[in-house]
Amino acid sequence: MLKIENLHASVEDKEILRGINLEVKPGEVHAIMGPNGSGKSTLSSVIAGNEDFEITKGSIKFLGEDIDALAPEERAHKGIFLSFQYPVEIPGVSVTNFMKTAINESRRAQGLEDMPANEMLRKIREKSELLEIDRKFLSRSLNQGFSGGEKKRNEIFQMAMLEPKLAILDETDSGLDIDALRIVSNGVNRLKSKDNAVVVITHYQRLLEYIVPDFVHVLLNGRIVKSGGKELALELEEKGYDWIKQEVAV
Amino acid sequence: MAYTEEELKKELETKEYEYGFYTDIESDTLPVGLNEEIVRAISKKKNEPEWMTDWRLEAYRAWTEMQEPEWANVKYKKPDFQSISYYSAPKKKPKYESLDDVDPELLDTFKKLGISIDEQKKLAGVAVDVVMDSVSVATTFKKTLAEKGIIFCSISEAIKEYPELVKKYIGTVVPKKDNFYAALNSAVFSDGSFCYIPKGVRCPMELSTYFRINQAGTGQFERTLVVAEEGSYVSYLEGCTAPMRDENQLHAAVVELIALDNAEIKYSTVQNWFPGDKNGKGGVFNFVTKRGLCEKNAKISWTQVETGSAVTWKYPSCVLKGDNSVGEFYSIAVTNNFQQADTGTKMIHLGKNTKSTIISKGISAGKSQNSYRGLVQVQGRAENARNFSQCDSLLMGNECGAHTFPYIETKNKTAQIEHEATTSKIGEDQIFYCNQRGIDTEKAIALIVNGFSKEVLNKLPMEFAVEAQKLLEISLEGSVG
Repeated sequence: MLKIENLHASVEDKEILRGINLEVKPGEVHAIMGPNGSGKSTLSSVIAGNEDFEITKGSIKFLGEDIDALAPEERAHKGIFLSFQYPVEIPGVSVTNFMKTAINESRRAQGLEDMPANEMLRKIREKSELLEIDRKFLSRSLNQGFSGGEKKRNEIFQMAMLEPKLAILDETDSGLDIDALRIVSNGVNRLKSKDNAVVVITHYQRLLEYIVPDFVHVLLNGRIVKSGGKELALELEEKGYDWIKQEVAV
Repeated sequence: MAYTEEELKKELETKEYEYGFYTDIESDTLPVGLNEEIVRAISKKKNEPEWMTDWRLEAYRAWTEMQEPEWANVKYKKPDFQSISYYSAPKKKPKYESLDDVDPELLDTFKKLGISIDEQKKLAGVAVDVVMDSVSVATTFKKTLAEKGIIFCSISEAIKEYPELVKKYIGTVVPKKDNFYAALNSAVFSDGSFCYIPKGVRCPMELSTYFRINQAGTGQFERTLVVAEEGSYVSYLEGCTAPMRDENQLHAAVVELIALDNAEIKYSTVQNWFPGDKNGKGGVFNFVTKRGLCEKNAKISWTQVETGSAVTWKYPSCVLKGDNSVGEFYSIAVTNNFQQADTGTKMIHLGKNTKSTIISKGISAGKSQNSYRGLVQVQGRAENARNFSQCDSLLMGNECGAHTFPYIETKNKTAQIEHEATTSKIGEDQIFYCNQRGIDTEKAIALIVNGFSKEVLNKLPMEFAVEAQKLLEISLEGSVG
């Protein structure tokens, strides 16, 4: 589904990603872990197509197609979703209106008609129940005055609405209390199928107790230096990142 | 593609006026220049009674003594008032009962503008009084209105048919010497609309007028008078657009609203006159005086969406004379390229327990300058007056400006006045967020701008709100992508 080869990317001439290789197949859950500044968020931004970052070498393929040259919205239409670490506020635009626009833009890109209102409403009801979201919340301005937890829950709600093939969750656990973490994780797990994939970017092992990864990758200085199964996350939790730094240095 | 402010700026600069075309209809035009003879000639052409001619002449004499105001935050080359023709009317003068009789070229113009009169007649139930080059060409739905005793016609017709009403109210809210442009308008006004709602009548439809300026070098001086008798209600819409033109076109309208005891007037405007090209060449000068008078328990609500004109100078105001009267002003002003807008309102609280609300949304792009100028004045007798003002500015790019000039004067200790102001910028992070959800940059800007303007758009009548939303999109993102 997603195949990243020797990816180098920089921002303002500063190289952040220095040769990433990663393959994600349908039905898989990957976790990318690493200390601050290792390039985790850059990787998610580059996959989503944020052009603040320049790809200097390597390639990103999605469903067999090179997506380097595609605009972010085109990547979204193909089924890439990014749950933002810091979701932005858009005053005066309700969550419902935003979702309606997003869904219909994607449908139009695929040559489909706008989603009928009753279908849209049914979907909103179903997905908001899944994430235990109060319907009143959906008529509020997007992310405006939302608590940290509400913002993250809203990101996953959008993911549920858009039904992406590949979801990248960037630090979705930050700002969540234990109940919200359970609800969000539960939502992600319920949305998982053999046809879609999830990449979880996180600092801590905590989230991975709920969203159990098939693979764990450790990102350090813009490279994946170690990959393993879910037990690697536990090891990292226990020992920190220093031992890997030493291991890599050796 | 990635969207940067640099790119946006470029794209906005290349955006051209959508409605740049010109209709070739034979016109009957007076020679350029202004003097008493011209004023008399205008009055004569319109077959006006003597009192009206005299009224115009008084205004003209006052005008010759007045100075063009300079306090607004706008810079432009002052019009040469002696090089303008003050009257132009389509030659084919008869009034039409049916649209089939109307000059097909004229109908074609409306089609290009997306103003389908027949469709509007059928679908929206809107009576349209079309002002094409200063003379009303078609009036519809008159009969339905007549049954309720509602008068909706051109001001010229009203002067002839209902002289006692016009004489009683014209110039009572905006005196002919009120200001330089109001005086000029009073002297030379070409046409406009008159609307009268009898006591206790609720006007069953939105009354709508489209204004157009269509003759090279012709200033347009509209005069509108709306009178709502005790306990009546009317919603009045005014929308305009003009063809592309090289020289500046002067527009100095006067609108007077009179809401008698317990009456309510809702006045909505969508203005989209030619703003000049991307180098700031051409464009309409829009110097308008709009004012409403509220008697006891009356309410006047101004809603405006301003996207056009090179220079705008416009302050729809309310004189809250009667106790418990209410004034509202909801405004969206968009400026792009070299446009300059100095717009806002005046709320004059004279009566007790009077309330006013001001919501102003300014959107600036390109190298434009967008100013809000508002006065809230509470007079000594106005016990318990209340005002709430909110002025929000949205900036696009780094070369535009947003300015706020709020004036508050109060002579009564019981007054409560609140003023809130914010300035924000459309961020690349907002655009990227939308992009990531599958929304392209053009649509994202529309979404953000509409969200920003929502409180005001919500105040517009349904069919007008859709049109206004489209206009915002056209004005700001015509060629993004």
